[in-house]
This record gives sequence, C-alpha cells and structure tokens, in this order.
Amino acid sequence: MVEAAPAARRPVVLEARGITKRFPGVVANDGIDFALREGEIHCLLGENGAGKSTLVNVVFGLYEADEGELLVRGEPARFRSSADAIAAGIGMVHQPFQLIPVLTVWENVVLGAELTRGPLLDRAAARERVAELSERYGLAVDPDARTGDLSVGAQQRVELLKALYREADILILDEPTAVLTPQEVDGFFEVVRSLLDRGISIVFITHKLREVLAVADEITVLRGGRVAGAADPATATQASLAGLMVGREVVFGVDKSPASPGEVVLATEGLTVTDERGVAMVRGLDLEVRAGEILGIAGVEGNGQRELVEALTGIRQPLSGRITISGRDMTRATPRRIADAGVGHVPEDRGKDGLVASYPLDDNLVLNGYHRQPFSRRFVMRRGPIREHAERLIADYDVRTPSAAVPAGTLSGGNQQKLVIARELSRDLDLLVVAQPTRGLDVGSIEFIHRQLVAKRDAGVAVLLVSAELDEILNLADRIGVLYRGRFADVVDRTEATRESLGLLMAGARTTEEVA
Amino acid sequence: MSQAPRQGEQPPEGRGPADERRGAAALLETYHRLAPVTVPLYALLLALLVGAGVMLIAGANPFEAYGALFAGAFGNPERLVRTLVRSTPYVVAGIAVALAYRAGLFNIGVEGQLLIGGLTGVWVGTMSALAGTPAVLYVPLVLLAGALGGALWAGIPGVLKARTGAHEVIVTIMLNAIALRMVDWVVTSREPKILLDPDASTPRTPDIVPAGQLPDLVPGTAIPVGLLLAVAIAAGAWYLVSRSTLGFQIRTVGTNPSAARYAGMSVPRIIIVSMLISGAVAGIGGIIAVNAGDSAHLTPGLLRNVGFDGIAIALIARGNPLAVIPAALLWGSLLSGAPLMQVQADLSIDLVRVVQASVILFVAGDMIVRTLFRIRPERGAGGSPTPAATGWGAQT
Repeated sequence: MVEAAPAARRPVVLEARGITKRFPGVVANDGIDFALREGEIHCLLGENGAGKSTLVNVVFGLYEADEGELLVRGEPARFRSSADAIAAGIGMVHQPFQLIPVLTVWENVVLGAELTRGPLLDRAAARERVAELSERYGLAVDPDARTGDLSVGAQQRVELLKALYREADILILDEPTAVLTPQEVDGFFEVVRSLLDRGISIVFITHKLREVLAVADEITVLRGGRVAGAADPATATQASLAGLMVGREVVFGVDKSPASPGEVVLATEGLTVTDERGVAMVRGLDLEVRAGEILGIAGVEGNGQRELVEALTGIRQPLSGRITISGRDMTRATPRRIADAGVGHVPEDRGKDGLVASYPLDDNLVLNGYHRQPFSRRFVMRRGPIREHAERLIADYDVRTPSAAVPAGTLSGGNQQKLVIARELSRDLDLLVVAQPTRGLDVGSIEFIHRQLVAKRDAGVAVLLVSAELDEILNLADRIGVLYRGRFADVVDRTEATRESLGLLMAGARTTEEVA
Repeated sequence: MSQAPRQGEQPPEGRGPADERRGAAALLETYHRLAPVTVPLYALLLALLVGAGVMLIAGANPFEAYGALFAGAFGNPERLVRTLVRSTPYVVAGIAVALAYRAGLFNIGVEGQLLIGGLTGVWVGTMSALAGTPAVLYVPLVLLAGALGGALWAGIPGVLKARTGAHEVIVTIMLNAIALRMVDWVVTSREPKILLDPDASTPRTPDIVPAGQLPDLVPGTAIPVGLLLAVAIAAGAWYLVSRSTLGFQIRTVGTNPSAARYAGMSVPRIIIVSMLISGAVAGIGGIIAVNAGDSAHLTPGLLRNVGFDGIAIALIARGNPLAVIPAALLWGSLLSGAPLMQVQADLSIDLVRVVQASVILFVAGDMIVRTLFRIRPERGAGGSPTPAATGWGAQT
C-alpha cells in the first residue's frame, strides 16, 4: 500500500507488518500492514468492526498479536502492556476521555506518573511542567482549572497533554472529533497541525470522510479485518473512500421528493423544560411539525435537545408551556399515554433507554407494546405472537442476528439501533421523535435507517429529528431549527440552509429576525 | 450501565457466521448454558472442601463428619420430615427476597416482615370474636391476615422508595429493628397484656385456634402442609415473574429502570407493587413458621435469622423462585443434620455455618467458580448480577 506514495518521504516511525489477531470465531485483524511516517498524520478509516480498534490496541500493547511484528523507529518492538508502549513513546487518547472531573488539569495530567520529591508530590514542578507543555505545543488550557468545568474541546487538550507529558511522540487518536462541534473541530485540527510541526506523528482513527480528506497525509482503509486499500488524500473523494470502506458504491444523501406537509401534528407553545439541576434548558420554545415533513433540530449537544425530547415524550415534566399532539393537550401526559396516542420515540441512548441488553430480541421488540393485543391476554404474556412479531420485524428491518432469542446486548450497535427503529416504526404512528438515530453506526446501517425515516415521512408521519450530525440534518430534514441555549436561533427551510450558515447559528450567531 | 464501545470493534461474541461454530462447539455452549445450575453446585463442592479443611485442622475426619451430617438430615423418614419442616420457612423467605430482587430492590426487611406477618396471623387466629368460624374460612383468613401484615411492613419502604427515593436497604433495616422489638413487646408484655399466653411457662402467644391452623393433609403422616404451600407459592412466583405482564414490568424495572420508564411503565408503581408482593409472601411465611411442628404460637425468637438467611438463599438461587426450593432445602438440611454431626464427629455445630457461608462466598463471587471451572462470564450487559456483587443501590 505504501508503493503509491511518492519516493522521497520522511522516515517511518511506526510500522505494523502482517498483524493478525484472532478472537474466538472472528479474525479481527488479518495480515494488516501499516506504516506511520515522522511528523505525518495517517488516517485509519473503516466501519465498526473493520478492525481499527483491534489494530491500535495491538499497537498500544493492550492486545498481543497472534502473528506479525511491530517496529518502532525501525526496531522490533514487543509490547506486553500499555506501559511498554508508553515507554516506547506511544500515547493514546481514548474515547470517551479518561479524566477525573474533580481534579485540576495538571493533576489529571501527572496522575500515574507523578513528579515526586522524596515521598511527596512535587506540586510546583508538576504544575510548571504541565504549563510549559501546554505552552510549547499550543494546547491552551489553564493548568489549575477543575477538569470537570472545562469544555469538551479543552478536555481533549488535557488528554493530549497527558500523552505529551509521558513524552509520547507517536499519538493514537481514537475518534477524536466525535464529541466536538464543527467549529471546535476546526480548532482541533489547528492543534493537530501544530503537533505535526513539532515532529509528533499521529494515527487518526475516524469514520468521518470529510475530516480524513481535510487532514490526512496518508489514508489506510480497513474492511473486515483487512486492508481494503490505501488512498491518496490529494485525489481521493468522499465517494471513493466510502466505496473502499463498504466494498460497494455508496449513495450519499437520500433520494427524497419534496415534502408535502399536511396538518400540524406536534406543536409546542412557550415550552420551558428544566434539567436535573433545575436549570432551564429549553426556554420558551415554540415549534410545529406537520404531517409528512421532517423537522431537523440541529445544535451543539447540551443546548436543550435532550430535555426537549424528554418533555415531548413524557419522560420529563415541563416547567411551563404547552405541548399539543394531534390537537390534544399532552403537556403532562405519561409516556404510556403519549405512546398510545401514536407517538414513536427513538431515544438518544439506545443502550440505556431503548433496550434491555439482557433481554432477548423478542422481548425488546414488545418493550412498550407488551400490554397490547395480541402480545398479552389479560395478565399473561403470549410467547407465540411475541416471537412471530419479532421474526417479522427482524426480517423487515434487516436486523442481523442468529435468532430472536439472543440477548440484545450481544448485537452490534447498528443492529441494536435497527431493533429500536423496528419497534418504534412498526407501530401505527402520527408522530415520530428521533434522537441521534445513527450515532456511532456504520455507513450501511445509516443508509438503511435514513431510508426508513424518509419512508415514514412519505407515509404522512410527522418526524422530529434531533441530531448532532449536520450532514444527517442536511440529508433528511425539510425544515431545520437550530437550538442554541434552549431557543431556536432560527428555523430555516432546508433549501436555504448551508453547512456554514447552520454552523454559525449553532455557535450562537444572531437570529435572522433580530438582524432584520 | 451498558458501555457499548463507541467505535469499538466487538470481535469475540455474537457476530460472524454462527454456523461454523456449531457442531463440537455446541457441547461447550451447553456447558456454559448450564452455568445457573453448575455454578451453585460447584460452589457447594468448594464450600464442602473448605469445610473439610477446617475439620482437618480441628482434628476431625471430614468423611465421618459429612456422613453424620447427611444421616442427620436424611437418615430416616422422621429426620427427613424434620428437615423438610425446617426448610420450609427458608423457601418462603427466599422467594420473598427473590421477588423484590427481580424488581431491583434489596429487601433486607424480610426478617421483620415474617415477624409482622406471623403476629397479625396469630392475632386473627386467636381473636375471640372469630371463635367458631369454620376452618374452610378461618385458615384462609389467618393466611390473609399474615399476608396483609407482611405487605404492610414491606409497603412502607416501597412507598418511601418510590415517592422519596429513600433507600430500601436503610429503611428495611430500621423496620426490622422496630418489628423485632414490637413483636417482643406484644408477645411478652404482662402489663398491659396484649398477646401473651398467661398460662405458658415461657413467653409466647396462645396457640392459633385449631380451626385456624394449617391442617394436616393426611392425619398422622406429618407431611408438612406448609411445604406444599411454599412450593405452590414458588410456582406462583415463578409464573408471575416469567409469564405475566406484571412480571415483565417487574423484571424490566429491575434490570433497566430507565428503559422501563421510556417504555411507558410506571417505575414507582412497580416498586411499590413488588414490595407489597414480596412482603405478602414473607407474611405467609411467618404463618407457616408459626404452624410448623406441633404447636401454632409465636415466640419472640421463632423466626430469628430466617429472613436474613432468605437473602442468602435467594442469592444462591440467583433470584429464580423455583431455584429457591433446592437452595432452601440445602440450607435447611445443613441445619437439621448438624446436631448429629456434632454428636458423632464431636464438631461444633457452628461448622455448618462455615459451610453455609462458604457456599454464599463462592456463589456471590461467582467469578471464582467460573475461573476455576472455566465457565465464561455472562453475556449481555447488565445480565443478572448477583445481589452481593451489585450491592447497594445498583439500580436507579
């Protein structure tokens, strides 16, 4: 794969040759070759289950390869634990972050590798070292700040400092941009470039094609545990990369006809919702979703999306305002009453809210319908109809599973999400509330779920789609509302929206009304 | 809760062509599937080995001692019946704990609920206003009184948990203390005399009138009717948990209250209902214990530790009401065989407690057994962790 690269290149600092790692029943890595050059950024691209994490876990000493060898700066290396890898100058930033929120930044950075003076922690020296690193690498962060108070972007810089403090010159970044806003991503890439300028080499794991093309010096695409190919960032396109990832041509965007909105199905007036701390997260929101349209809610996470969805579905009691569904007041209705009124809900956190991981698929598919005919009669569950229902939905929604009797927790993320989608979309719906429907999923599952949502719209269902992925909003929504601090910064028609205009609104740019 | 690795590949389980792995692997799969049965059995085996070690240190012959223990529990029909009678309250107490546990509640209060149920049952069973009621009405009435008493005592922590979030462990521990002292007072107080039998030589209540006592099914055979009742309760509890819509809600609230709420179940209601059922079962257990043996009265010490041992038994049974039966029989037979062991092998009766504690230890720390016998850990996040492994407030 390296042959494609130009001849005069910088030296290779990290090389994997023929790495094979088997797990019972699965070959997670099958003869993978991979080389990282000094001061460069090498993107590892692939779907869930392609073998990216396994490969970097081998490199970072968390797994031992069954076959193949690792070379660090040309020397064969054998890591028995991550401590060996760290000693060899390799650092890894995990996702989610491994930080202790109540400690200060410098305490988090030195934790586990403390500078000491005798039996005591040398606080002054440690703090100074962290401040100096932060200065040298352009990682702006206050060493004395409480880590839990920092923004996500700043916490990520703390993670980078941790690795640099341990004198890593090879950094592995696992999905580093998943938690950032578009603007924060730009800032993050600046940090990455400054690290590269100072001779740090970076392995960047992602499934976001746009980012790969923006920063990569080299690209290796994995598929099914093998190297599917290498790509030159200068000539590659999103379509060509996606094709390599999936192994077939990928349709970007969903074919959909213009919406033909009907009656208003969901309406809120002056809706105000507080979070657990009593802070108003949704503040006097008015919104309308009509039958046969998709209203996309964009916004940086934490601007009231979660509270809005929970209030609409009855999980959270609004503080004030009104919620009307199909003309009926549902402001303080229970989740059961709202569901019975023809509202489907795909929750943001499928593992916590959407599924019971230890339950078999068939029980999960009647989780909110167990009390209806034909799944129960009087007080008794009826296994037969429940099983038939499961088998039908598993086939209709393409859930890949050995059977309907396996625990839902054993399925991949994409299949778990399809299970939730199947349960919610298979009911007779007027309104569908969907939060982050494709988070962490592979391209194939995303395509499928997007088609299902558009099909529901075309069938006359009102769809409220909350997503942190701008591309998803742009692909699916007919109208887009941008939430900023609990209010709409603006509601625009899809045809008038661009990534840039939405990005500005997400960052709190003034609403058009106020400008006008 | 579940930590689905965001982008993490999940190679080891549940993916790939399952067909390839069938065949020889099926046998291994069966071995793993049998874990709910094999783990407690291995735990018992290990516990007996630990006990044997202690016996050797004490200078006794483990084979002789275990032989005596076995003979003491099952050696002749009379002993067998005694063992069954001894085990019965443990069956019911274990079911009471198991039912609450399925709803994610750690009902430490079965001890107190047994006492209160026994008390209300005896109170109704000795009420002079009810004298002359035929047995066909009186027996159910006594059982109902016991069930209501137990349900009341368990309903308090249930309501407090559901409405205020007060932790049921704390509340039930306190209610145990209150129940213990209250029953002690009601049964022993002479001034005012409440339920004390003034003619008895030791402090106790009067016997429940004959029409209110659990009848002998076949007179003279001493088949413990209480045990049959307990088995029926176990079957009913199993049906409730595994087959009914209420049981589905109880299990869902117990394993993932958050998902239960999203699915439209009322978590507070289920918490209260589960505690009421658990307490009602415990209350009936109190009546059964009162009726065990030849008499039918309550003494202050009658139910000592039965509720606490019920926790251990529910743990061995992993919250499965049917599995409570063998677990409770094991518990009861160890206790009822112990005196003979003491006599024949000259060992302290407390050695049985060592074996019992070791069983619990190995079941609670089931990874010890799984590691030793190479049984893989349970699959799926949040499967059904043992209460001791999740401890306080694992839910909510």
